[in-house]
Amino acid sequence: MRRQFPLALCFIAGLFMAVQYFIPHPTVQDMYERLLIWLQTLLAFAFLLGTVSLVRLHYHKIRHRADDRGYSWVTLLALCLMIGLGFFHSAHHAQGSPFDKMFQNVQVPIEATMFSLLAFYVASAAFRAFRARTLESTLLLVAACIVMLGRVPIGDMIHSSIPAATRWILEVPNLAAKRGIMIGVGLGMMATSLKIILGIERAWMGGGD
Amino acid sequence: MLGDRGQSGGIGRRAGFVALSVAVAALFLCPAAVSAQEEVETVELETLLPVAAPTGLSAVDTPNDRGSSINVTWELSSDDDGDGVVAGYEVFRSAHPETGFVLAGGVPFGVIEYRDSGVDNGAPTYYRVAALDADESQFFSGTFGPVEASIQWFNRSRLNALVAVIIFVASILYFVSAARSGKSLFIRRLAGLDEMDNAVGRATEMGKPILFISGLSSVSDVATIAAINILGEVAKKTAEYNTKLIVPCADPIVMAVEQEVVKEAYAKAGRPDAYNEDDVFYLTRSQFAYVAGVNGIMVRQRPATILYMGMFFAESLVLAETGSSIGAIQIAGTDAVTQLPFFITSCDYTLIGEELYAASAYLSREPILLGGLKGQDMFKLIAAVFLVVGVIAATLTATGVIESNFILPLLATG
Repeated sequence: MRRQFPLALCFIAGLFMAVQYFIPHPTVQDMYERLLIWLQTLLAFAFLLGTVSLVRLHYHKIRHRADDRGYSWVTLLALCLMIGLGFFHSAHHAQGSPFDKMFQNVQVPIEATMFSLLAFYVASAAFRAFRARTLESTLLLVAACIVMLGRVPIGDMIHSSIPAATRWILEVPNLAAKRGIMIGVGLGMMATSLKIILGIERAWMGGGD
Repeated sequence: MLGDRGQSGGIGRRAGFVALSVAVAALFLCPAAVSAQEEVETVELETLLPVAAPTGLSAVDTPNDRGSSINVTWELSSDDDGDGVVAGYEVFRSAHPETGFVLAGGVPFGVIEYRDSGVDNGAPTYYRVAALDADESQFFSGTFGPVEASIQWFNRSRLNALVAVIIFVASILYFVSAARSGKSLFIRRLAGLDEMDNAVGRATEMGKPILFISGLSSVSDVATIAAINILGEVAKKTAEYNTKLIVPCADPIVMAVEQEVVKEAYAKAGRPDAYNEDDVFYLTRSQFAYVAGVNGIMVRQRPATILYMGMFFAESLVLAETGSSIGAIQIAGTDAVTQLPFFITSCDYTLIGEELYAASAYLSREPILLGGLKGQDMFKLIAAVFLVVGVIAATLTATGVIESNFILPLLATG
């Protein structure tokens, strides 16, 4: 019963989600919309699970005096501070509120900093990828050079056909490869969904019978 | 007297000159005055002239919908050439052909259709369309009707999708059945998955943990479900080898599911005591805060193996480059086409697109799952045949080699 119930639930819900795609009748569509609302409600409750997990993990680290417990202190204090600011300042969404100030002046700049690291990582990854050691990597290097030059004014100044070559690379071989992958992905998604709905794939329950 | 005569003669000459001047001026000015008058009259006539009413009014029940909707179409007013004479159109509906018309909605000039979504199902409805001029005067078409809105139980525009799904399901069930009956099925090698055992073994030998990242998407994303399936197989191996498995999650529901999956996998491997709930934990939903958290784990705990499976966004390269910098073996699998180049560059092995979905079957080697994989390949072959036929037909039609393009509507249906 412990296994049959989730499997049956998965089968019914999965089958309904597949069938509703073909049935525009209000009875079915209203039920579908209601299920989506349930999903949102579930997600809201699930955040409580996430918060409990986060607090528990860091509490254990502090309690067991783990080496990196300093980060746990920072995490828990920041969590408490933001919850406190959110709860005890009724207009916490208002511009200029302490909650908003913390969000705009601490979290947003830190996230922007993390995002900006991407530029450096792109450079280091490109350096590694563009070493012409094999025929494939040489082709990649040449194609990348053409595309990069074609995207900036200097490419047109070097030769007027570079922007056209860039467009061709992006719209023909690149797009064809992308579409090939996307068709495979679409079929893979369908197959995985079907296997889960029919109970053939059970790894999501930890595997087994 | 002379003086007077002379004065009167001077006055007469002056009067004659003025008269001549007026005559000359009139000669030149009169046509302009007449022209301006004609222009004013023309403009007045134009504003007074009625705008031609729209013609060819038609209304049908909106196909494949949930009812309460009728599609109204008409032909443009002959005065609607975009110069502002026709300002737009208004659609009126009534339950009677002669009276009781109320405004249903309006569209700008140049538009020839309107979807009326406020109709009672099964009620006979009549329509009129009015062309509006600049002064919002209405010039009505004839009446069309009756037409009734109705609810449909099947969306016929998706018939081709249904046929494809049926073929797909049949293909998978056939090969699953064949696998059940013991038929040997060939599955091509996937280097990234073959390396999975070695990656887990390496972590065990080095005494370091394995980091499993299942992307930033939610559990409603199929890529995340595929990642969870792979996690189940990886967890079995880590349980057997007694290797620590760290799973930081970006979604609380995914976390709850992954905790259960890992717990079950450890139980199945006969090592329920080795499972630690704190190893599968929630980090944050914020994209770059998640990156910071995972990068911190990488740098501090220095896992020997890092697995990236699921849906990734801009964070993929930051994660994979940090993993690369600590010397970990990295295996990635994603269906995010835009992130694939980053993983291919930074990781040792990358599962591209559909390979992510095949991974669970490949790793478990369960015949039934492999049968499903084979069925998927068979459908892909069928789809490829259709694609080739479609490309040939489109090319021949575009180049004029074949006149009739009867095959194209078939291929493009839906």
